[in-house]
Amino acid sequence: MKILVPVKRVVDYNVKIRVKADQTGVDLNNVKMSMNPFDEIAVEEALRMKEAGSADEVVAVSIGVQQCQETIRTALAMGADRGILVKTDAELEPLHVAKILKAVIDEENPELVILGKQAIDDDCNQTGQMLAALLGRPQGTFASKLELVDGKLNVTREVDAGLQTITIDMPAIVTTDLRLNEPRYASLPNIMKAKKKPIIENTPEDMGIDIAPRLSVLKVEEPPKREAGIKVETVGDLVDKLRNEAGVI
Amino acid sequence: MPGEAMQPNETQRQIRDAARAFARRVIAPNAAAWDRDEAAPRTVLREMAAAGLMGVMVSPEYGGAGADFVAYALALEEISAADGGLSNMMAANNSPVAAAIQQHGTPEQKSDYLTRLTSGEWFGCIHLTEPHTGSDAAAIRTRARRVEGGWRLDGHKAFITGGATAELAMIVAVTDPAAGKKGISTFVTPTANPGYKVIARERKLGHRTNDTVQVVFEDMFVPDGDLLGDVGRGLAIALANLSAGRIGVAAQAVGGARAALEAAHAYAGERETFGRPIIEHQAVAFKLAAMATEIEAARQLYLHAAGLRDAGEEAATEASMAKLFASEMAERVASEAIQIHGGAGYLNDFPVEKIYRDVRVYQIYEGTSEVQKIMIARNLDAIVAGN
Repeated sequence: MKILVPVKRVVDYNVKIRVKADQTGVDLNNVKMSMNPFDEIAVEEALRMKEAGSADEVVAVSIGVQQCQETIRTALAMGADRGILVKTDAELEPLHVAKILKAVIDEENPELVILGKQAIDDDCNQTGQMLAALLGRPQGTFASKLELVDGKLNVTREVDAGLQTITIDMPAIVTTDLRLNEPRYASLPNIMKAKKKPIIENTPEDMGIDIAPRLSVLKVEEPPKREAGIKVETVGDLVDKLRNEAGVI
Repeated sequence: MPGEAMQPNETQRQIRDAARAFARRVIAPNAAAWDRDEAAPRTVLREMAAAGLMGVMVSPEYGGAGADFVAYALALEEISAADGGLSNMMAANNSPVAAAIQQHGTPEQKSDYLTRLTSGEWFGCIHLTEPHTGSDAAAIRTRARRVEGGWRLDGHKAFITGGATAELAMIVAVTDPAAGKKGISTFVTPTANPGYKVIARERKLGHRTNDTVQVVFEDMFVPDGDLLGDVGRGLAIALANLSAGRIGVAAQAVGGARAALEAAHAYAGERETFGRPIIEHQAVAFKLAAMATEIEAARQLYLHAAGLRDAGEEAATEASMAKLFASEMAERVASEAIQIHGGAGYLNDFPVEKIYRDVRVYQIYEGTSEVQKIMIARNLDAIVAGN
């Protein structure tokens, strides 16, 4: 079985982000970039399936600027076998990414695609679902456990009411939740070995994908500053504030 | 020109990031407790080896990563930012011991000892310093006498980092007292030898997560196969990696200082006086700005020296400059970090007092600040001439 894992280059989760003064987006100058943490979980799950003998190849794909190659290299250092970089400087929306991934999948024919449920930069949470729809394949989203049984996939999903387990046919699309696994860090020898693993490059234009924008960002703002809390004297005060100030009861 | 690598390349950044991820997950959450216990579990060194941190520059043939010196120094900075004592264990295993076996070892020493050091099965320490001699390394008295099939060692070694933990000892001893510096030889031999005796474990200001011990060799038999390199070349072998060691100390100092800055920056954003976070008081913000600048200057010095090493140069003066500046900078920055914390910084509930204790030694070992100044002063003609 071949597993395809899309990996996105995002602002590192430790970075305190700043909005650009002209409110067009987030300032990326001199900001540390890393692999989207949900995608690290996806890579880890694919590697565990390979180590368990249920997969024989893990392919990492990234879409974006040239430096996305570093994100692929990180996946290769963790243990993925080879990489595909679809290079573009354009701003991409989830539907573009899903269409590009569909074209990659038409070429590669992986039985399983594992994506992060969302990227921590735009928090869209759309690409996996759109990809499943475009391919007409079953999807198991927000996975906290995966089990391959008799050629079908049991996916335990984290939903608001608790855990839901579904069985889906293969080939399938899975998106990872936070508790699926704890990803490994690449060892230094594996980082060095990963330099020799192949990465092929492509562009959306060569693949015939239209990446003209469908959405426009009007404004990006900092969230409002949190106000300091107060102490209330009585239960009556609390109820009054919840009803008349917060408007929640 | 050499030294172009002052900005790390992609592979070097990946290695730094991997070391940082490891340090944050495995070391940083436990460093304060290990400091109080005055010991880190032996398993931590094995985990460091599994991450590839114990043989960063060793060839993959012997289980190493085969990375360059810049990558090694960056990884060392990361481990030091989490804990100074463990960074020194990493440095001991990597730079004098593994590097010397890689450079001078027999095929048997490499396939046996070196492979055990990189895998973490064994830890390696170096025995150079003696109670009466430090920087004056040629004055050592530990004696190795020729006997059938090997050597018999007698002597007293001091300030041995990891000397009680180690399974392998690299020992520098006098084989021919009449030959001076050329009468010194180096051995690599297992510590599981009845003649290898740890006689004292030192109690220290900092670096409490590792053991610093005194060891005596009592009629300790070392077989011929454990001689490292040629007879009489021991001092050259032991000191060949001295510049590398100094660059390593500079990287450790930068790591400690960076951890102090991170703690002070976080505290300054939370602690309020006169109705606002203290970072909004310019007196505090300026301190943080100066600390960040000093750290970056020290990092550039060690990266420059490390880049020169990778380009095949000795970089002795650059290594001394990096070590001198970075180690003294680390004490200043750690002190300022305590100052920003105020009284809280003096308590061991906050990380900065430990960092302050840990960084002090960087001005001492691998050549004191004064020794670095001697080295730099000897080269002033060339420095002033702009070479």
